[in-house]
Amino acid sequence: MKKSPVRDLVMSSILIKNGHVIDPANKRDGRFDILLDRGKIADVQPRLATNGAKTIDATGKLVVPGFVDFHTHLREPGREDKETIETGARAALRGGFTTVCAMPNTTPAVDHRGVVDFIRQEAQRLGLAAVAPIGAITKGRQGKELTDFGELFDAGCVALSDDGHPVADGLLMRRALEYATVFGRPLIQHAEDLALSAGGVMHEGFVSTTLGLRGIPGESESVMVARDLALAELTGGWVHFAHLSSGKSVELIRQAKRQGLRVTCEATPHHLALTHEAVEAFDTSAKANPPLRTEADRQQLIEGLRDGTIDCIATDHAPHTDWEKDADFDTAPFGISGLETALGVCAQTLVQSGRLSWSQLIEKLSAAPARLAGLEAGTLSIGVEADVVLIDPAARWTVEPRRFISKGRHSPFAGCELTGAVSTVLRRGAEVVGA
Amino acid sequence: MTTTIDQAAKTAQWTKKDLLGLRELSAEEIQLILQTAESFREISLRPIKKVPALRGKTVVNLFFEPSTRTRTSFELAAKRLSADIVNISTQASSLSKGETVLDTVRNLEALKVDVLVIRHAAAGVPHLIAKRATASVINAGDGAHEHPTQALLDLFTIQEKKGRIEGLTVAILGDIVHSRVARSNIWGLTKLGARVIVCGPPTLLPPHIEELGVTATVRAEEALRAADVLMLLRIQHERQEAQLVPSLREYRLRYGIDRARLAPAKPDLLIMHPGPINRGVELDSDVADGPFSVILDQVTNGLAVRMAVLYLVCGAPRVDEEESGS
Repeated sequence: MKKSPVRDLVMSSILIKNGHVIDPANKRDGRFDILLDRGKIADVQPRLATNGAKTIDATGKLVVPGFVDFHTHLREPGREDKETIETGARAALRGGFTTVCAMPNTTPAVDHRGVVDFIRQEAQRLGLAAVAPIGAITKGRQGKELTDFGELFDAGCVALSDDGHPVADGLLMRRALEYATVFGRPLIQHAEDLALSAGGVMHEGFVSTTLGLRGIPGESESVMVARDLALAELTGGWVHFAHLSSGKSVELIRQAKRQGLRVTCEATPHHLALTHEAVEAFDTSAKANPPLRTEADRQQLIEGLRDGTIDCIATDHAPHTDWEKDADFDTAPFGISGLETALGVCAQTLVQSGRLSWSQLIEKLSAAPARLAGLEAGTLSIGVEADVVLIDPAARWTVEPRRFISKGRHSPFAGCELTGAVSTVLRRGAEVVGA
Repeated sequence: MTTTIDQAAKTAQWTKKDLLGLRELSAEEIQLILQTAESFREISLRPIKKVPALRGKTVVNLFFEPSTRTRTSFELAAKRLSADIVNISTQASSLSKGETVLDTVRNLEALKVDVLVIRHAAAGVPHLIAKRATASVINAGDGAHEHPTQALLDLFTIQEKKGRIEGLTVAILGDIVHSRVARSNIWGLTKLGARVIVCGPPTLLPPHIEELGVTATVRAEEALRAADVLMLLRIQHERQEAQLVPSLREYRLRYGIDRARLAPAKPDLLIMHPGPINRGVELDSDVADGPFSVILDQVTNGLAVRMAVLYLVCGAPRVDEEESGS
């Protein structure tokens, strides 16, 4: 049998020495050595002897749990020209994500067991980043009939979503939230009132006015957030809001959490780092849905992260082909290739600016999303799979989309110089990304 | 032309490959175009309406959106400068099925053309093309973004009729939100020192428009009283379907310009319209064809302005040198 390099390494032990370990789930934040053995975390101590293990010297590095992306588009099956499970999973590892939750807006949609099985088997065969599928809430993501929730969860889905589309019908959303309470898993809402956003391609404001582009007001999101919070209260269901963009949404969710509703949410690195001004000169790499909004919105998102209103950071990695993005602003598709820049962008925007500590950032990228997905990941607890990331917090690097592993080589961060980089990634105890 | 503009323009040099919008131009560059247009205007009054300024140059009118007036104006402008011109009219919808806009342009580039005059329903298409093409790109109207040659001919006409632009109050009335003409005029007029009032129902005024340095009002009378120049914009029937105005009748009653509504206006008010006019909606015939109206002068001046723009982006020698040699 052909041996994969991963398999060889799994059998040996690795000692990560002299690093600064940040493991928020276990409240560790200091100098520790970590021993990995047979693909699992074997020991974490202030000092560990080498004992024949291969040693990785992590001096000056942060040693943190592998990141978990609660919002990734892998495009396969259906649009393998944009991304495949393989290219997406490789890009994920490059960015420090050892687990990605794959959104169901594929062709066919992830609305029955066959597609879930396909994605899981393909991910397993590849042995790259772990892929946890998210199933659709409605058949074909058409917003008309519910999928068989039980079948999808039994097959391994970690959540359900019609992402890309909202569940627009209020009654259907009510039924979905009600029915999902049986399974204890979240429904992820792409909050958008399609009538308010119709035809829009960017945030409605001064920039859209000067460029003559149709705007999408922040209210197209917050109106839907308000509706679904009311439905969550009515049903006791768990609603998770994807990719928050508007400050008003953050405010509504903060209140709802205070009220004790079962509500969670995420924000993307691009909404945390950029504003609608990134669209100036019709830069389609900054075209995203929901759109990049104002500085006031961005500040409220950061505040939401700080006070816990926003549970986690998720990339909404949405790869497209070059030729699709190389079009006029109305025609180009929405989406940003985000897996390979997430850590650098967040380190620069949130940590270097002093808004978040490293520990808070790592929590939002690992333990928190793992909890939302119900996965045993995002920690360095003894006995769990050894998914470990080494970060060089001082490394300066320039974003070059041409060098992305993802097929989506479009980024509004192209040319940006960032401080803080993923230097080494271990997946199940094997070094898959090296310095 | 006043001496001040002449002097300012003389110090400016045209250095740009493209004309994408008035936002990107300095006041001096705008004045240079107006001054160049002034010297070209006389050509169209000659019995032989042609000079050899752009002989051997190839201009392509690449229109992805129907247009008669702008396309014809560019075509005649190119012909009067002895350039070769090709007209390509195509619907954006047929492109979206296969070839992309950039594919079309790559094909034209392979045919070694010098200037691409582009009209497209989507904002930013000329910018997209200008970044990739070695040919000069002239924006002939992109979505609701800019229509720089329309604004330049409007500026030229105001200058011609009023003798100045600085210090005038110009009211732009109508569908501001969808108007590329309004945006280009706002950039041009404010750069040249005019005061701009935009007026229309709230649904047709774009958000944050006042950050461009203009005054916005929903009261037509307020705009009319203050205006030295009134620019009207076409109200399209689609706006009613989109519920931006309850009905065209309702629009006409509150914002339509007829003689009665002009009562409080200044006696030397200029009335302009980029055409085509919806007679009986935004403008009544008695005003459109009346003494205040300079609508046909705009069309005439458009030719001179487009000649100037073609001439400048082609990087031809200064107009006075050319003239003395012919």
